Amino acid sequence: MLARRLRMTYLIVILTFLYAPIIVLIVYSFNAAETRAIWGGWSLKWYAELFRNKSIMDALSVTITVAVLATIASLILGTLAAIGIHSMRGGMRQVFIQVTNLPMMMPDIVTGISLMVLFIFAKVPRGYGTMLLAHITFDAPYVIFSILPRLRRMNKHLYEAALDLGATPSVALWKVIMPEIMPGMVTGALLAFTMSLDDFVISYFTSVRTANLSVLIYSMTRRKVPPTVNALSAIMFIVVLTLLLIQNLREVRAEKSKPKGVRSV
Amino acid sequence: MNRINIVPRYLRKALAMLLTIALAMGVSMSALADGEVNVYNWEDYISEDALSLFEEETGIKVNYMRFTTNEDMLVQVRADPTNYDVIFPSDYIIERLISEELLEELDWGNIPNASNILGWLNSPSYDPDGRFSVPYMWGTVGILYNTKMVSAPIDSWTALWDEEYKNNVFMMDSIRDTIGVTLKMLGYSMNERSQEALDAAKDRLVEQKRAGIVKAYQVDETKDKMIAGEAAIGVVWSGDAAYAMGYNEDLAYVVPNEGSNVWVDGMCVPKGARNKANAEAFIDFMCRPDVALLNFEEIWYCTPNAGTIALLDEETLQDETIFPPQDVIDRCEFFQDISSDITRFNRIWLAVKSAR
Amino acid sequence: MKRSSFAAPYGLWMLVFTVVPVFIIVFYAFAASGGVTLDNFRLFLEPEFVGILTFSLWLAFLCTLLCLLFGYPCALFLASRDMKRATMLVVLFVIPMWMNFLLRTYAWMTLLEDTGLINRFLEWIGIGRRRLMYTENAVLFGLVYNFLPFMIFPIYSVLVRSDRNLEEAAQDLGANSWLVFLRVTLPLSLPGVVSGVSMVFMPAVTTFVIPRLLGGGSFMMFGDLIENQFLTTGDWNFGSALSLIMMALIFISLGILHRFNPDAESNGAVW
Repeated sequence: MLARRLRMTYLIVILTFLYAPIIVLIVYSFNAAETRAIWGGWSLKWYAELFRNKSIMDALSVTITVAVLATIASLILGTLAAIGIHSMRGGMRQVFIQVTNLPMMMPDIVTGISLMVLFIFAKVPRGYGTMLLAHITFDAPYVIFSILPRLRRMNKHLYEAALDLGATPSVALWKVIMPEIMPGMVTGALLAFTMSLDDFVISYFTSVRTANLSVLIYSMTRRKVPPTVNALSAIMFIVVLTLLLIQNLREVRAEKSKPKGVRSV
Repeated sequence: MNRINIVPRYLRKALAMLLTIALAMGVSMSALADGEVNVYNWEDYISEDALSLFEEETGIKVNYMRFTTNEDMLVQVRADPTNYDVIFPSDYIIERLISEELLEELDWGNIPNASNILGWLNSPSYDPDGRFSVPYMWGTVGILYNTKMVSAPIDSWTALWDEEYKNNVFMMDSIRDTIGVTLKMLGYSMNERSQEALDAAKDRLVEQKRAGIVKAYQVDETKDKMIAGEAAIGVVWSGDAAYAMGYNEDLAYVVPNEGSNVWVDGMCVPKGARNKANAEAFIDFMCRPDVALLNFEEIWYCTPNAGTIALLDEETLQDETIFPPQDVIDRCEFFQDISSDITRFNRIWLAVKSAR
Repeated sequence: MKRSSFAAPYGLWMLVFTVVPVFIIVFYAFAASGGVTLDNFRLFLEPEFVGILTFSLWLAFLCTLLCLLFGYPCALFLASRDMKRATMLVVLFVIPMWMNFLLRTYAWMTLLEDTGLINRFLEWIGIGRRRLMYTENAVLFGLVYNFLPFMIFPIYSVLVRSDRNLEEAAQDLGANSWLVFLRVTLPLSLPGVVSGVSMVFMPAVTTFVIPRLLGGGSFMMFGDLIENQFLTTGDWNFGSALSLIMMALIFISLGILHRFNPDAESNGAVW
């Protein structure tokens, strides 16, 4: 249709739009001056200061620990639930599926507010713990919906065969079902982890005492964002960039080593 | 809440590693200090050094939380007062909290440094018996303006409605302050509650917004944006003005001729606070002249602490932005609690904020 | 032990943390001192509240339209066969989504403000300052910037998975490339468009952060209103009613979108 060059140009324009603000942040992270208004020469001081900034480091560790703990908990809860739901029939199954759908369809702000109201109702102080509970709640459906299709595609006679061959139900579960759903578990866990890392709205409503990075950055944008945040964005960007590039270079290499003629498109 | 399924497999290893680190961190974080105190204060309203000094000297861990406006804080405290040990409400909110029986009576034996507080604040109108609050800072509401961006020095609230400053005015995203200054501009008291006055105030605010004079409604952002020269005029609290003027010499602060709001923020302990003794230790610490000085030099509001004032040099004491002269105080008034009429204020404020 | 009982802990969990909270909201929305009331919903009919809702819907609609307009060609070009190194390009489009959205929005603030980089550039080339931030367009711009990738990827993943033989067959049968696009590619991509639209429209309608940061508090959207009722005004009853209205709105739009989706199974498959 359109000439390739034209299409490339379009993609590059959109990419520029997507990257412009990120590049600005990165450039300013090297600005020796404190304000954006002045360019004070190149400097690494904001990087050094970043690691000394207690509130940013605290928020970072909250973000990571909450994401990891929520991922583990939702993985356990969700895997069990998926196996359970898969073996259900009729109305019960519908109820479970709908309830699992609910937090995925509900707007974040409503999920956050309803949990906030629940915690206030129950007189639970909102902090690290409540944030974690909330994260598990919105993470678990992702795990379930990643595992269920795997269970559906599984040959259901495998499990019965294992039982016939003398395996106890728990052994059969461990040796037959688990390996089958493993890829789904991994996808689910990764989804849960990224959702949790990136969450702002639900954390904002469910925690007053503890701030994760998103909440901290939000409160900073409402007064003054210290240049250390620029350094933080630059580091985050480089980490993401490296991970994704390494991953893709590997794939490209794997692609090349495949026998010619096998197109995988 | 949606994420695309392009997750590098590489991340899986990283995830496993993070898991180990996180468990270790999670355990260490749950280790509690000997005691803690949950402090709920305004944004930008304390010196970080004062906080760490308190932790150092007493061994009590401070869980520090921030709010933007009195109204935001009131909602949270009402929802669960036991969540906080020390709060910093303004005068009219203290009045409200007392009437709702949401404050603990303070044990003055635990707060010996309260004797440093200036006498005229010992039994203020909002806390007539002086049983529930210790003054923390006081100040005024006024106009911060950039002398290079205005044609003449400003001395009236009407400047906020002057078409000359189109897209050049920062209003305060705080219901009582903004409606208050509008009422004042119209010649009413800031505590006026008649429907006629409130409707007039609403009309003027909507008109001001529709005319494109308002650049933004905000609170804590204003001072830094004024320093950067983002707008000619901003409605601010006096301490923010003093702070901004310290960074940009083109800025000037005025309490307009029509009069304005003078306020006192106190330190209080909400009903059923879990760590009342620690809360009183915290309040006492904040009343120590050297600590109050740390806070003063960070936030530049007027300190009610006689011991701290004694430590200040003449130049600071002469600074009329920080320490308003008597004639300025005389034309200012305190906010009073408007109790149930707040619903009407809220509606007006929503109408202004949603006007286009 | 029956295997279905494995779901019991999760069932209990969802009961406490999803079902009960929703019921509390429903309770507050209808509760009055002496029983049940519709007052909170009636209050919503006041012009300023209806105005806020229509403004949000309008802005979200514009945002979705712009995302589709700019995102569809992106997805199409990325998925085209002669794109060498397309995977690399795709990765480049993914990366910004991995950055915290608040950071990216903040970055735009530094670009758009009066003393920001863009205005300084405009001044330098002699055009002079323009009012870029704190406008309706700034809010719209922020929405499009944040949600554009959510339009590109669902369409892209559908296109990449679609059967290329169909297009080739159409070409062999003499259709020109525009015809191929209109009659083959476009219909094939519809499921992607539908999920893209839902992934952009829903968060755009409910957001409260972007209008606040880029609109300077002057452009109240529906999400702001809800947040305001719960955190500033403290009117939980009205706030709950608003939350229910928002939920109904979302469910209805999801329902409508679902009808348009010729390939219902793939709904949600983008996750």
